[in-house]
Amino acid sequence: MTLLSLEQVSVAYDNHLILENFDLKLEEGKLLSLLGPSGCGKTTTLRLIAGFLEAKGGKFMFDGRDYTHLPVNKRNFGFVFQSYALFPHLSVYDNVAFGLRLRKMKEGQVKEKVLRMLDIVSLNGFEKRFPQELSGGQRQRVAIARALVIEPDLLLFDEPLSNLDANLRVTMRVEIRRLQQELGMTAVYVSHDQEECFSISDQVAIMNAGKIEQLGAPTDIYQYPKTEYVARFIGFNNFLVFDGTRQGNTGLEWTIGDYGFDVQLQAGQSTANTYKGAIRPEDLRIIPLGQLTDLQKSLSNQVPGTVKVSTYLGRSYQFEVQTALGAFTVNQEMDIPIAPGQQVMITFPADKIVMVAQ
Amino acid sequence: MKEKHYGLAIFSTLVFIFLLGPLVIISVTSFGPGTVLKFPPDGFSLKWYQNIWAVDMFPKTFVTSIIISLLGNLLALILGVPAAYALSRYHFRGRDLLNAIFLSPVLIPGIVLGFTMLKYVLVMYQLPIYAGLLVGHTVIMLPFIIRVIGSSLSNFDFSIEEAAVSLGAGRLQAFFRVVLPNIRSGIMAAVLIAFLESFNNVDISVFMTGPGISTLPIQMLTYVQNYFDPTIAAISVVLMILTGLLMFVIERLMGGLAYFTKR
Repeated sequence: MTLLSLEQVSVAYDNHLILENFDLKLEEGKLLSLLGPSGCGKTTTLRLIAGFLEAKGGKFMFDGRDYTHLPVNKRNFGFVFQSYALFPHLSVYDNVAFGLRLRKMKEGQVKEKVLRMLDIVSLNGFEKRFPQELSGGQRQRVAIARALVIEPDLLLFDEPLSNLDANLRVTMRVEIRRLQQELGMTAVYVSHDQEECFSISDQVAIMNAGKIEQLGAPTDIYQYPKTEYVARFIGFNNFLVFDGTRQGNTGLEWTIGDYGFDVQLQAGQSTANTYKGAIRPEDLRIIPLGQLTDLQKSLSNQVPGTVKVSTYLGRSYQFEVQTALGAFTVNQEMDIPIAPGQQVMITFPADKIVMVAQ
Repeated sequence: MKEKHYGLAIFSTLVFIFLLGPLVIISVTSFGPGTVLKFPPDGFSLKWYQNIWAVDMFPKTFVTSIIISLLGNLLALILGVPAAYALSRYHFRGRDLLNAIFLSPVLIPGIVLGFTMLKYVLVMYQLPIYAGLLVGHTVIMLPFIIRVIGSSLSNFDFSIEEAAVSLGAGRLQAFFRVVLPNIRSGIMAAVLIAFLESFNNVDISVFMTGPGISTLPIQMLTYVQNYFDPTIAAISVVLMILTGLLMFVIERLMGGLAYFTKR
């Protein structure tokens, strides 16, 4: 069931449009990530849903009701801030109890709920501490407990882990995912960290300049980006700019000059459109030109070139290869690297080329 | 080995003598037994301190001063806190201008402000003397209230206010339960500094006082015009002690003047 939907929403700061005719839908019980570089409108979208910003136009429906003009404090959404935003003058207990007390709950019931929530985020025994006495991870847990204890209809996360160190970030994101699934919460999560978004989300929306470029399950987006922007964003660094098609040995081939490429189209993609072929550096293969027979050299999906730079990455080597079709980046595991200056053949496996809209 | 800077030492000593010397002289003369201010005094006596209470205008104007400063402070807070909040929370057109207007009472010479106050508040609108004094003192305290509270709001993380609202608090609730408790020390400092400014004020008060109603500094001024005995020195010492105590409290609350200069 669709719980949340933004319909044709526009938001502006000082006459500068951040979102224009923006649409978004979210199913109940799912975690949706908004992912994109800073300035893409992801935080604006989140703050709009929270109610900190009001839409200039459009409609925000939540659970069948019109929330467009509903004040923040009437929405019953939990918000987790990047800066944690704990109340410095209140103890951990009072921080978590804050929302319950505003709801005029009896002190006995408050205590029961607060202690249970602190238990859930593994902070038992910390009730009397003050925020400044806690570590970053503990503070964020208090912030999450404080947002969860009011039993919100929707949880909103604004880059909640970006102030934590790398290891803690991984632990906390697993924790957030676990809580969200155990409690069956619907959540919107904003981050600029790709791995974080992909690992905890049911749905990921890649945003660019106030628009959603692609919305889908993490695996779909990771394997099949639909646009060049999304492809670049998730690490497809190499692009083939096709100029036509021709009949090749194995069927229809896309061409760039004399070079032919066999590719696999995704469902819904037609041969009529102009596409770019995107491929990740680790999916390209290179082999010294001298090791190939003439027959092998004549196959399609290959471009010869010269290695310009070779960089050791630990697990693999990264090569910058200059070809007639431009420079390509190749990551390949090998024992002895190919030295710069050597002639190589780059192979583009047909099943790894993803056709994206330009 | 520490280098010895004799020049600097001498210079510093001179500055201290220059700054503190008059205070020392006043303090010492206040204990003199003679009927005129004399330094060094001929003996030791506390009679001029007793005389403060004998001249009934001193205790009376002291009470007036306290009431005017406290009430004015309250009014300045009621006006100044929302103003300081709005000026630091929101960015809007005309914000700098508004800021300048709120600070203008410190920029305009006191005599000019006092005279203008007299002309409008007392002559034109015929306000009672007491009310006029109160208005005048509220105006001179307002810039200090706004400035000091504004500076403690300028490094305030307003996301905690948003957090309170997202947890169900109304705007006023969020302000009183979350913002206010976290700028407490700024408000205390603002109140104390404004209080000192108002309590010691002469240039506004001199225009706004009238028959039977006066503030302590004005009463002191009048007294000195007629008498030259050490009572005035004695009362100055009492005021210095009170001011010193207040400054000590501010110091403890705010970490001293560093609070105002560090940003």
